[in-house]
Amino acid sequence: MKPSVQIKLFADLSAFTPPGADTFPIKAGTTVRRLLDDINVPAEKVRLVFINNIKGDLDTILKGGERVGIFPPIGGG
Amino acid sequence: MENGLVNEIRAVAVPKTFRDNTPYISLSVEQAALLARKYSLGGHRIEIEALQAGIVPERYARNMRTFSRPEQVVLLQSRVSVVGLGGLGGGVTEILARIGIGSLNLMDGDTFEDSNLNRQFLSTHEGLAKPKAEAAVARIRAVNASVAVEAHTEFLDADNAAGLLAGSQVVVDCLDSLKFRFILEAACKTAGIPLVSAAIAGMAGHVTTIFPEDIGLKLIYGEKDRLPVRGAEASLGTLPPCVTILSALETSEVVKVLLKRGVLLRNRLLVVDLMDNTMEVLKLQ
Repeated sequence: MKPSVQIKLFADLSAFTPPGADTFPIKAGTTVRRLLDDINVPAEKVRLVFINNIKGDLDTILKGGERVGIFPPIGGG
Repeated sequence: MENGLVNEIRAVAVPKTFRDNTPYISLSVEQAALLARKYSLGGHRIEIEALQAGIVPERYARNMRTFSRPEQVVLLQSRVSVVGLGGLGGGVTEILARIGIGSLNLMDGDTFEDSNLNRQFLSTHEGLAKPKAEAAVARIRAVNASVAVEAHTEFLDADNAAGLLAGSQVVVDCLDSLKFRFILEAACKTAGIPLVSAAIAGMAGHVTTIFPEDIGLKLIYGEKDRLPVRGAEASLGTLPPCVTILSALETSEVVKVLLKRGVLLRNRLLVVDLMDNTMEVLKLQ
């Protein structure tokens, strides 16, 4: 089976959510940065990266099977 | 405290039962207020005396047994600072007053404007163009006059922060600017006060609890000198269900910090997205 990840984009980044985000195909060994590049999420808008609920970063390597969560900065109240 | 006061509390207290039929002795809101006036004491002081004598102030009856009487005393003896009295601050102030935090220290230099009305519980037609801090004082007096309130109609900055926050056991970040959140965090760290911090954009938000020795906001926002002026809320706005749920989450963290009970969001971020009902706790380190 081809490796895939689940992508969850928060706040204004959700506009970039690709079709099939729950099982989005990746190449094993790719990075979060490359994944976000593939779905046109501007890297400068990314502030928080979570891999399976643990903080990662743009250079975290993905094997497939992960849940990738991405937050922009938010500060409203 | 004078035995006279305790005796008077006992004399006016009445037997009642909780909803599971457990008996208790109750002090009504009216009697507590009369004694506060007679003894020239804050209402929370009367309530503390009652609880220490085994009597439950009726206004906190539904808090009881999830909180013990000594725990309600801890809340009534506590001072919490709420910084920012907009969407988050309005909800936080309302809940902390009702739950029985004895002393609230509030600050916001802003006045209400039309666009606040969608979400800020302290804003009303009559209150437009008037100070948020004054509305907060009026609201607390209306819902729980036992609470001692101190309100500052000024914005917190690096120069006045230490003085404004002094004596607080917990500070609640209800601000709407990324830059000032870092200034507040720095002041709390210097003063050695735990900080509960929440932020929202649209229907998404997050909340965390930062003790002075924790890394804190840097884990969420990165380096402060690389911050944008505004976050995603600039394009998404700020929605009432989201700001209200985050304000409630902030208050449950405040209570747990004060009672030293339960699991805190230290080095954790509770994230919420109401559009798809996501609610999860993320590890920041």
